[in-house]
Amino acid sequence: MTTMSDPQQGSFRLSMLLNDTRYRSYTFQFIALVLLIALMAFLGVNLMRNLAEAGLNISYDFLGVPAGYDINQTLIDYNSQSSNLRAAMVGIINTLLVAFLACLTATVIGVIAGVARLSKNWLVSKLMSVYVEIFRNIPVLIWILMIYTLMTAVLPAPNAFRGDNATSSMLFDAFAFTNRGVYIPAPVWGPGSMMVVATFILSIIAVVFYRRYAVKLLFETGKLLPTGWPTLAILIVPTLLMFFIMGSPIGLDLPALKGFNFRGGIQIGAPLIALWLALSVYTGAFIAENVRAGIQAIPKGQTEAAASLGLRPKRVMNLVILPQALRVIIPPLISQYLNITKNSSLAIAVGYADITATLGGITLNQTGRAIECVLLLMLFYLTISLSISAIMNVYNKNVSLKER
Amino acid sequence: MSDTHAQTVTYVRDTMLPQAAPPSTAQGPVKWLRESLFSSIPYTILTIAALYVIYVLLSGFLPWLLGGVWTTSNIRECREVLDGAAGGCFSVLAERWNQLLFGISYPQDGYWRPTLAFVLLFVAVAPVLFSNLPRQLLIVTALYPFIAFWLIWGGSLLVPVSALLSIVIGYVVYGKLVKTSFAAGLAGGVIAAAVVWFVLSMMTPSLSGVLALEEVASRNMGGFMLNMILGVVCVSLSLPLGILLALGRQSSLPIIKMICVVFIEFIRGVPLITLLFVANVVLAYFLPPGTSFDLILRVIIMITMFASAYIAEVIRGGLAALPRGQYEGAESLGLDYAQSMRLIILPQALKISIPGIVNVAVGLFKDTTLVSIISMFDLVGMIRGPILASTDWNGVYWELWGFAALLFFIVCYGISQYSQWLERQLQTDHH
Repeated sequence: MTTMSDPQQGSFRLSMLLNDTRYRSYTFQFIALVLLIALMAFLGVNLMRNLAEAGLNISYDFLGVPAGYDINQTLIDYNSQSSNLRAAMVGIINTLLVAFLACLTATVIGVIAGVARLSKNWLVSKLMSVYVEIFRNIPVLIWILMIYTLMTAVLPAPNAFRGDNATSSMLFDAFAFTNRGVYIPAPVWGPGSMMVVATFILSIIAVVFYRRYAVKLLFETGKLLPTGWPTLAILIVPTLLMFFIMGSPIGLDLPALKGFNFRGGIQIGAPLIALWLALSVYTGAFIAENVRAGIQAIPKGQTEAAASLGLRPKRVMNLVILPQALRVIIPPLISQYLNITKNSSLAIAVGYADITATLGGITLNQTGRAIECVLLLMLFYLTISLSISAIMNVYNKNVSLKER
Repeated sequence: MSDTHAQTVTYVRDTMLPQAAPPSTAQGPVKWLRESLFSSIPYTILTIAALYVIYVLLSGFLPWLLGGVWTTSNIRECREVLDGAAGGCFSVLAERWNQLLFGISYPQDGYWRPTLAFVLLFVAVAPVLFSNLPRQLLIVTALYPFIAFWLIWGGSLLVPVSALLSIVIGYVVYGKLVKTSFAAGLAGGVIAAAVVWFVLSMMTPSLSGVLALEEVASRNMGGFMLNMILGVVCVSLSLPLGILLALGRQSSLPIIKMICVVFIEFIRGVPLITLLFVANVVLAYFLPPGTSFDLILRVIIMITMFASAYIAEVIRGGLAALPRGQYEGAESLGLDYAQSMRLIILPQALKISIPGIVNVAVGLFKDTTLVSIISMFDLVGMIRGPILASTDWNGVYWELWGFAALLFFIVCYGISQYSQWLERQLQTDHH
């Protein structure tokens, strides 16, 4: 039995591919797919012809060839005879280093500025909005170059620290700010220092257990244990004791002026500092806005309800406001971290050897392997971005409001 | 009874007391000071610290700004004039303003052209930004790309006119044919436009002197003008592309959806600088042998792709924020997909995504400075390259960086203030 609305059987006409909504979607997708394949084929054929014409091929052999250039700031062993792959590894580690440092400081700056912007103190809140507006509205590249100029053109040369009438002096005899970079003390690990470190790690674990125990006790008996001072005590006292028992095994190697330059300590190059500071203050301004929006997103009724339950202001903040505000703050915060990682590629402008400067800069120019280098570069950033957004999605699923 | 009761009351005031003025500490500036600056001891400390910070900043900045020198011809003269006093060598701006704004090789007597294009830009975008302006102004907006192209790049006026003509004719043909079917209209329109463009471009070389301005090659664009060109062109091109990508990502057709998702996620996952590397060194490998694009065109393509992925995500947010009833309402009226999107969904979705789009536009405009890394001479490239490297001005850092920062700040702050104003405008209709 057929009704009027049933499609007529066996009467498929070619025009239905375009006019019948049941088939039209297939037509469009087919056309899109054909266009895509045609585009790919066009690009591929062009690539083949261009490579053949230039006598090139796609090959990753250059990664094993000695790089032939020096990198001044490395965390792993590297010299000019190391391979290009090793140079790229140095670059990756440097990218991750500056991104990690900048994420930390940007978060600190952003949280402070965001909270201060909501302060009832008129002067402080205005000062913070001036900070946010100035740093948000000027390109990060200009900030990087400005701070780099500050590091290299305004800070004194090492020889300004020399002689009886030195024009510059070290901070606490431990930190030297020169135009060749900042020198900070380096820790020296003597025998027995492992014991101290182990004690410290054990104290951290002990603190975690103590806090858990305090919460459990609170829930079971209603007894409130203090957490602030005991935490500090557990963290510091055993480590200090162990430090002196082992005979002060951890010392500091202070930088000192020898000849024309500073020796000893750790040298942090001007490019790293410029990039780190610029990314921190620039992204800090964005994070400040996120933090402010997150705190303002919590209705005032939440504070009032918590107060009427008898919670003290500090507990209102810790138990009621922050957990809800974090749900709003963390997703944009993570995407700011992603932005920091991507913006760290501007290192190339100040000569910091990150992955863009090593693989995409010097290696690319020396070997001429443009396609391969850019492809690997994109692959690296894509891996980081996609893995962070995967983590983000899991987090969002976990914190999303459970409504029936 | 009432009498006896009245006698128990010994004293009742029968007139109101005149209102007394509040205590001097609870009114006027004193109250404001107490409440907003000195309400408690920690706040007082904060206030004093903030005052100190402001003092330090201003005491460094103001003498430098006010004591500046504007008329010397190089840095040594400037330092002689200053003679150790605090002050900036702003003469670099007075001497090199043309390079900073227009680049090295833009013809000197043609500076009025980009300036006029810049002024016209405000007329062109005004009706888009402010909905209470007369709609007739949109004609200026439609004509603006052609006028601006002619003004900045020069050449015969006939080239942009014939481009305009072919687009108009293509649109007319589309309007005639779209009644039969959308696909026929689109195909007919594109073909008609191409034919007209082809015919006219055969004719124009013989008339190349008509209303011609001096031609300027793309590689001669530089300075802040280059940032403005890249910003304006890429934002306006990426808007339609972003809408298409967002619709594609929301679409129910799996293949189209997949293409859009891969494109958007790929572009958003890599930094802009790698895309600029592609424009600079890789793109040439993927084009037919012998074709040579200008670098500026390649960069525009890459930045447009970059911006469109971000705009697509913003618009996707707008589309997702619309209640499902809007989609169902459009369908139940019998509108097809194109109609429902054009008439019902997009007007609402775009309206709520405008603030996000403006944010992307500001970010993109700031990112145009990255082209200096692939050795194009935009404002930053101009400062780092020709000006700071010249013997005359080697060492005048803060004046130049301050100028660049100021220009970007004015533009970006202006746009973001507009966005906030618009957000407030849009909020009113929810009450």
